[in-house]
Amino acid sequence: MANKTAESISRDEFFYGHKACAGCGGSLAVRAALKVLGPNVVSVLPAGCMSAVGFNFPQLCFSNNSIISTFAGTASMLTGVEAGLRARGYKDFTAVGFAGDGGTADIGIQALSGAIDRNDNIIYICYDNEAYMNTGIQKSGLTPFGAKTTTTPAGKNIHGNIRPKKNMFEIAAAHDIPYAATASIGNLPDFIKKVQKASQIQGTKYIHVIAPCPTGWGVAPDETVAIAKEVVESGLWYLAEYENGNFKLNYKPKEFSSVEAYLKKQGRFKHLADEDIKLIEASRDKKWEYINKNFEL
Amino acid sequence: MKKFLSGNEAFAEGIRLARPQVISAYPITPQTIVVERLSEMVEDGSLKAEYVHVESEHSAMSCAIGASAAGARAFTATSSQGLLYMAECLYYASGGRFPIVMMNADRSTALPWNIYGDQRDSLSQLDSGWIQAYAENAQEALDLALMSYKIAENKDVSTPYMANLDGFVLTHTYETVDIPEREQADRFLPPYETDNRIDLENPKNMAFSAGPDTNYIFKFKEHEGVLAARKVINETEKEFAEIFGRKYTGLIENYLTDDADYVIVTLGSIAGLCRETADKLREQGIKAGVVRIRYMRPFPNDEIADVLRNVKAYAVLEKDISFGNEGTVFTNVNSALKKSGINAKGYNFIGGLGGRNISASDIEQIYSDIANGTEIVNFIGIGGGNNG
Repeated sequence: MANKTAESISRDEFFYGHKACAGCGGSLAVRAALKVLGPNVVSVLPAGCMSAVGFNFPQLCFSNNSIISTFAGTASMLTGVEAGLRARGYKDFTAVGFAGDGGTADIGIQALSGAIDRNDNIIYICYDNEAYMNTGIQKSGLTPFGAKTTTTPAGKNIHGNIRPKKNMFEIAAAHDIPYAATASIGNLPDFIKKVQKASQIQGTKYIHVIAPCPTGWGVAPDETVAIAKEVVESGLWYLAEYENGNFKLNYKPKEFSSVEAYLKKQGRFKHLADEDIKLIEASRDKKWEYINKNFEL
Repeated sequence: MKKFLSGNEAFAEGIRLARPQVISAYPITPQTIVVERLSEMVEDGSLKAEYVHVESEHSAMSCAIGASAAGARAFTATSSQGLLYMAECLYYASGGRFPIVMMNADRSTALPWNIYGDQRDSLSQLDSGWIQAYAENAQEALDLALMSYKIAENKDVSTPYMANLDGFVLTHTYETVDIPEREQADRFLPPYETDNRIDLENPKNMAFSAGPDTNYIFKFKEHEGVLAARKVINETEKEFAEIFGRKYTGLIENYLTDDADYVIVTLGSIAGLCRETADKLREQGIKAGVVRIRYMRPFPNDEIADVLRNVKAYAVLEKDISFGNEGTVFTNVNSALKKSGINAKGYNFIGGLGGRNISASDIEQIYSDIANGTEIVNFIGIGGGNNG
């Protein structure tokens, strides 16, 4: 089957009428993924931004079957939905989860690990906006080093978050999952292609898509896509896949764009001192050294 | 077919006959034998179910909710810490009106750690919106397993169902159990059919948010669902008796209560010893009786008021304490009597916590204490307690 691109994607809408913030990257990821997966997709979303903006009775915003799970229970509910539909004799459906970074890397990691371990036939998409945005921008396990959140204030003593992001992509891969990928909503054709590919693979699939949150990141609503491109160009995020036991890099910037320029555009990094930025650059370089050595191009 | 089975094994036999389509399994003592037996039944093909090895009790219930939302009949089992760990999902299952059945092996809760039986785990979840049944013996455990789905899945009820078996005393004790024939079980319990499910032809949004204007209506409906089980339990037991020949007595079971002066109200496996003691006291001319509560939710308000209307005194014997107050069963029983304007003298006897034995002489002492008057809240083997 030909890979879908932005040009060939369905005009059908499955997620609309919701009340996400202007410029929401998460809702863009959900919308695009559902267009790829089509009407027979059953989506599970935990407590979080997308369920908060999309499921307010009687204003229900999914035109495919969708259900909210407990915060920790995205993957375990997906398992139940998939098993239940299969037990009832359904074959032509896809069970997909959309959870944020906190719902995935913190409270939901146990259930996700269990589902990958069982190799349940599900797609799990983490829309990563790098903090607990729904509750008002608190630090999660995927908040990057240096970011100011409402629980990692930027003061004289501590410059925002002191820990780097957990590497969920490689954590998923360490389970020897059939398919894992990273993506960015700044490169929708790449994301769409990966969702399409995931839908053709049996077993558990994990896609980690960077989805900026203008409200939490301190950028303008019309800068979401641009900042999601820039995080890839600066080398602070990368587009890759894990399949058949191998890591593959999908895109290698010829030259990294300025880390400082990327950071200083965002309210959450405005406070960073030169030495903080140097630390971020050094950590990027170390990561790329690893990628260049271990990932196929 | 008659077999010599433990309470856990009997329950598993009942579940095999009930044909759940998805089983989420996580081990915890003293429940483990149930999920072990079910895995064997799936392996040998006598039970066709998706058997999911979940990685926690929270996921066990979350998976069961997902399966039930897909329209499948779902089962899980737990105990004690596991029940508390999944507590969030208990409310979720009842709020979503998913008729999941769960066996809970009643066990003490840490700290201090203890694996033996008391009922503090399940009684702490009375407000979670689940139907709660308490079995006395292995035969009743099996029969509850089979009846549970019929009650829970009734469209007026649509409420999850927790069947409680006293840890070890019932889960691990062997008795001769009559296992119904497959054909009879299928006649009794048809496959699960519901509109409250994911539907690929007519997609829907489920488990949504409801604001202050509508939330309360959903909660009222949920309450009505649990209350509707009162009638459905009686109808189901009637049909059960017609097909299988065994009779059950609804929300409570009374023993020698018609003319009783002194009655012990209790629940679970200790009821047998209470009945034996009542027999002995009757021989001495003391009009002793026993009420066994079979369902804590829906609560048998009217039934308890009727049976205790003319007693001189009653004792509530329970393996539970709501710290800083009294046993929760006592609170519930007293509320039932107050609503019916009954002023019989009532006493609370708390015992068996962490599996501590309650002996026949303890029970005899309870009858004597309530005849002579004692503290309101008493701890068997420790003495009277101050309940403020």
